[in-house]
Amino acid sequence: MAARWLVILALGVACRGLASAQEPLRPFTVQGDAIVESLTDAKGDPERGRAIVTNRQVGLCLLCHSGPFPAEKFQGTLAPDLRNAGARWSEGQLRLRMVDASRLNADTIMPPYYRIVGLHRVAPPFRDRPVLTAEQIEDVVAFLATMRD
Amino acid sequence: MLRTTFLAAAVAIAAPALSAEIPHDQRQSSYELMSPDTRAMQDEDTSNPGMLWVLEGEALWKRETGEANRSCADCHGDATQSMKGVAARHPAFDEKRREPVDLEGRINICRTEQQKAPASARESRDILALSAFIARQSRGMPIESSDERLRPFIEKGRSLFTARQGQLNLTCAQCHDDNWGQKLAGIPVPQAHPTGYPLYRLEWQALGSLQRRLRNCMIGMRAEAYVYGAPEYIALETFVKWRARGMPMESPAVRP
Ligand code: HEC
Ligand code: HEC
Repeated sequence: MAARWLVILALGVACRGLASAQEPLRPFTVQGDAIVESLTDAKGDPERGRAIVTNRQVGLCLLCHSGPFPAEKFQGTLAPDLRNAGARWSEGQLRLRMVDASRLNADTIMPPYYRIVGLHRVAPPFRDRPVLTAEQIEDVVAFLATMRD
Repeated sequence: MLRTTFLAAAVAIAAPALSAEIPHDQRQSSYELMSPDTRAMQDEDTSNPGMLWVLEGEALWKRETGEANRSCADCHGDATQSMKGVAARHPAFDEKRREPVDLEGRINICRTEQQKAPASARESRDILALSAFIARQSRGMPIESSDERLRPFIEKGRSLFTARQGQLNLTCAQCHDDNWGQKLAGIPVPQAHPTGYPLYRLEWQALGSLQRRLRNCMIGMRAEAYVYGAPEYIALETFVKWRARGMPMESPAVRP
């Protein structure tokens, strides 16, 4: 049976290295529907990005998305399949979707992965921390960009 | 120039109208999503673990307690008659408090005011047993929510249900109105009708209240849970009961 979703999410508090509350978010510029420049001035690592995307305590992506990850049995159907994401979008477009998808679709259910303002009643362990760090965002973007058939 | 591209992109992927109420002919209990085995467990009293709490509640119903040394039965008599439909219409508006109280809250009002006993902690064995026993008397009866005085509390519950919260910035409605039937990490998202509470969850290996379930979803959203009994929970309970009005009660239900 699939592990129940909140168990998955709650476990995250205990096991993952939380993004630091102290570190301020890196500034970025939105151009059109993209953030063209890396948040870290460096390229992400696609291997690490893959691990984040498939890790239910860190990326949470497969709660909602499905994708070409045969080892991951329990995937979501609330969001588009990630297959070919790198063919559909440029790195800059992927970066903005990761940082804050609500800038493109105000009603989106995709969580903002790199935003700490405008959130309400955040549970104390997660307060003032983005879901992913700037480095993790870059890793995920680098991985998604490799997703082409 | 940049701005135009930005807006064009926004329009292109904008989702259709969100969070409409589920049409009544499409409403379904989470029972419909369960495996035949789990359904059978709920259907058969002999295999439904919730019945253990019901039996315990029946014993508590008859037990004198508190300074008044009175039992629930001393005032309410035969529960199979007097408690019929009671769980189906809670949270119910309380005249004296000018607000709705849920079944657990009602039990505690009787304990403190009539039995002169201390209130039972939420989710304690005793209150779960009594509420399971009382809710069992509403099995098969339609959920009722017609008291106009509940209206402002239903509206407050609705605004909580549709408000974004937590680090994941989700609303209850995004899952339960807009995406029911879809899979979240392989689990079908239910419509969130409170037909079965208190209920036995295999994951909890215990009986739990509706507030415990609401709390679980908030933890999943990485939102700060309220303290048990908080007015926000009562408002959410009042709203989801209204949203499920007319649907049959299943308590004590079984859920995975
Ligand atoms: C709670 C649900 C949810 C989670 C969790 C989630 N997404 Fe999404 N995502 C969506 C939805 C819904 C869309 C569709 C566009 C929209 O509504 O904004 C989307 C869109 C996308 C897109 C662009 C759409 C396309 O055509 O491929 C990418 C890429 C993406 N998500 C990647 C991710 C990654 C990577 C993660 C995890 C680090 C993630 N998402 C986590 C719901 C989610
Ligand atoms: C990201 C999706 C999601 C969000 C957001 C969410 N839930 Fe749920 N909810 C679920 C899933 C999935 C279940 C099924 C239980 C499980 O297996 O975890 C559930 C179960 C429930 C149930 C139990 C139904 C039954 O038959 O026992 C209720 C009631 C409920 N949710 C209410 C809420 C409320 C109120 C909120 C907001 C405070 C909320 N949910 C937010 C996904 C969600």
